Amino acid sequence: MAQDRTNPRLVLRGIVKRFPGVLANDHVDLEVYRGEIHALLGENGAGKSTLVKIIHGVLAADEGEILWEGEPVAPRNPAEARALGVGMVFQHFSLFDSLTVAENVQLAMDGARDLEVIAKRVRDVSAHYGLSIDPERHVHDLAVGERQRVEIVRCLMQNPRLLIMDEPTSVLTPQEAEDLFKVLRRLADEGVSVLYISHKLAEIRVLCHQATVLRAGKVVGTQDPRTCSSKDLARMMIGDDLAALERRAPKVSGAVRLKVDNLSMASDTPHGVDLRHVSLEVAAGEILGIAGVAGNGQNVLLSALSGEHHAARGESVRIEGKPVGHLGPRERRDLGLAVVPEERLGRGTVPELSLADNALLSSYGKGNLVTRGFVDHERSHGLAEHIITLFGVRAVGAKAAARSLSGGNLQKFIIGREILQNPTLLVASQPTWGVDAGAAAAIHRALLDLRDKGAGILVISQDLDELFAISDRIAVICAGRLSEARPAHEATLEQVGLMMGGLFDPPEPGGSVSGGPESRGMEVLS
Amino acid sequence: MEMDLGTTAAIATAMARAATPLALAAVGELVSEKSGVLNLGVEGMMLVGAVSAFAVTATTGNPVLGMVVAMAAGMLMALLFGFLTLGLLANQVATGLALTIFGVGLSAFVGKGFVGTPLPGLPSLDIPFLSDIPLIGPVFFGQDPLVYVSVAIIAAVSWFLNRTRGGLILRAVGENHDAAHAIGHGVIATRYRAVLFGGAMSGLAGAYLSLVYTPMWIENMSAGRGWIALALVVFATWKPWRLLLGAYLFGGVTIAQLHVQGLGVNIPSQLMSMLPYLATILVLVLISRDATRIRLNAPACIGKVFHPER
Repeated sequence: MAQDRTNPRLVLRGIVKRFPGVLANDHVDLEVYRGEIHALLGENGAGKSTLVKIIHGVLAADEGEILWEGEPVAPRNPAEARALGVGMVFQHFSLFDSLTVAENVQLAMDGARDLEVIAKRVRDVSAHYGLSIDPERHVHDLAVGERQRVEIVRCLMQNPRLLIMDEPTSVLTPQEAEDLFKVLRRLADEGVSVLYISHKLAEIRVLCHQATVLRAGKVVGTQDPRTCSSKDLARMMIGDDLAALERRAPKVSGAVRLKVDNLSMASDTPHGVDLRHVSLEVAAGEILGIAGVAGNGQNVLLSALSGEHHAARGESVRIEGKPVGHLGPRERRDLGLAVVPEERLGRGTVPELSLADNALLSSYGKGNLVTRGFVDHERSHGLAEHIITLFGVRAVGAKAAARSLSGGNLQKFIIGREILQNPTLLVASQPTWGVDAGAAAAIHRALLDLRDKGAGILVISQDLDELFAISDRIAVICAGRLSEARPAHEATLEQVGLMMGGLFDPPEPGGSVSGGPESRGMEVLS
Repeated sequence: MEMDLGTTAAIATAMARAATPLALAAVGELVSEKSGVLNLGVEGMMLVGAVSAFAVTATTGNPVLGMVVAMAAGMLMALLFGFLTLGLLANQVATGLALTIFGVGLSAFVGKGFVGTPLPGLPSLDIPFLSDIPLIGPVFFGQDPLVYVSVAIIAAVSWFLNRTRGGLILRAVGENHDAAHAIGHGVIATRYRAVLFGGAMSGLAGAYLSLVYTPMWIENMSAGRGWIALALVVFATWKPWRLLLGAYLFGGVTIAQLHVQGLGVNIPSQLMSMLPYLATILVLVLISRDATRIRLNAPACIGKVFHPER
């Protein structure tokens, strides 16, 4: 172990950062040593991202000082931080899709360099750490895990002494995450310090040497995560014990709420994945979970179910037995469908509109919100207030613009809005992505309650812990193909992880489920 | 009908003359859009360029000085646009439209005293011997200098965008400004430079109109060429060489309708004059049918306001 606990490489002292109305960092102290993997743990909005942005020179601290190798520094932009030896791998990748891997790396290097030389060094560095990437490929051709490797290699090319990783495993399969840990451990052994941001307690306990926990902008404590339990860490992070999710056995009545039969659909984005021969069923009173790494056709699947895109055959999507493949979102919602899209601003809500107006958008026609074409503002206001209190949404009130809410709070609002319509079928994509643990538990409880009322629920998620916690059956989507669903209690994390990597035999197209030569003749894809 | 070599050469020459202002204005806009800035003020910048070039040349008798001043005037207009959209974060579409309206008015006001003033045309830069070759000679070597300059600029822009680090940064800024900022590239500075280049090229295109194409000043003489240039950028899917091809195609349509009118074909001239504009609409519709290709080549951040956090 190359850890050296005498001279810290990075010291933060009394860092304060204020945003209008929020104290994002409140006198934060932090020490990171050479060769140490240091976890920065905290819920959404605890101030983790603000803190690393200050270290990386994207934001300037209002108070406090940063010591780098004992010297006071104040990086004014990322280039200055990079010159010091700080590299950062972003949660939302900062890659340029239309450029090649080598060009992406070249952009992050200071000074003009020959592309050939860069390509060679990319190959060397990726071989050294076992991160295979081809420098000639275009980024839009790469899978999410590969993109992350590009980001990491791009950082490593500059020989950083501190590597900041922002929630790196949120887009990886468990196996890919394990490979990433190997790389990080190797870097630590070579003396690189790693600042590892996450809210996944299990991985912090196997990977990190130290963990600093932030809550509401303040440091709650620093612990060796290997010596304390997940429960202790969770308590520090949330400030309260997390109520365990109570699972009740599903009461499947046998009625089929949703049936998708050999559905193929082309993606409408240039680098998107097409949906191929997808078949599934959601029964009344069950939650079907669909696991998969982002970018494997989930978006097309959601828009095919919501009605944003029409299927070639009306019969390929059935709600309550009725063919709806050719119907739009409005008609499908009239049949009892509710949808929670992944994109909260822009799809789930109109960012500039108030919560009251956003409540109206998907619930109009229900609860007398509109009479003879006129909006009853009092009622829509009341509905929004109702959602806010019932689901514990932290917002100024029904008049608050949707974009003013944090991601987690807005998600609670959207889920609340959809659930209050008493749908018989709910399709939700990434329902708790970026939502803090307390809110996530509330959302999970709401989904289970809805299930127990007899609704069929389809949850698309990258978070396997979530799917195992709430699903009755789990299927995996990979490269636009969907595996058979299997009962959640029979599936193991490892199996599902392997399937997320594409190791499964998809059900025969048009085989056992539908058959019939005419359905094959209608396929839109070869 | 029969056409001799001379007529063919004349048509080709006229085509190049019609295409050059389009190519110049469009390549400037291409660079601006590649950096993520949609400047709809091309028409206005062209007109201001045209009137400044004419005024300076008519007063000093020096067309080269006129062109330089036209480029400066176009850049001044672009600077105003840049200040509003990049500095004050105004909406690019609204600001661009306002810039065009402003340019139309300003050029009419400045040019009032120059209406009807005659101007000697630019001497053509004949290349000795080569320009004497029948057909090929006049077409390839007997054009006025700006025709060559416009081709050279397109070659330079293509090389800059695809072969240099500056071009890579410019494309990166247009593709994903947040990421470019996070890596440490100056998004605003890059965009200012791109917008200013766009202004200079529009100004030069305007100068070509008022000094070479029709050596006189008429109010609103660009006649929608700024808009066609904007459409050309989309037609070319943001690729410089395809842009040149597009400009010559549109130039060809413009000249063809003039010649058809000249041959006395019995179609109302107003309908014939519509041809270049109808062709623009038709081409845009055809191109837009393939949404994927547009999205693949279009700068992803085009028209989006960049607001760095600090």
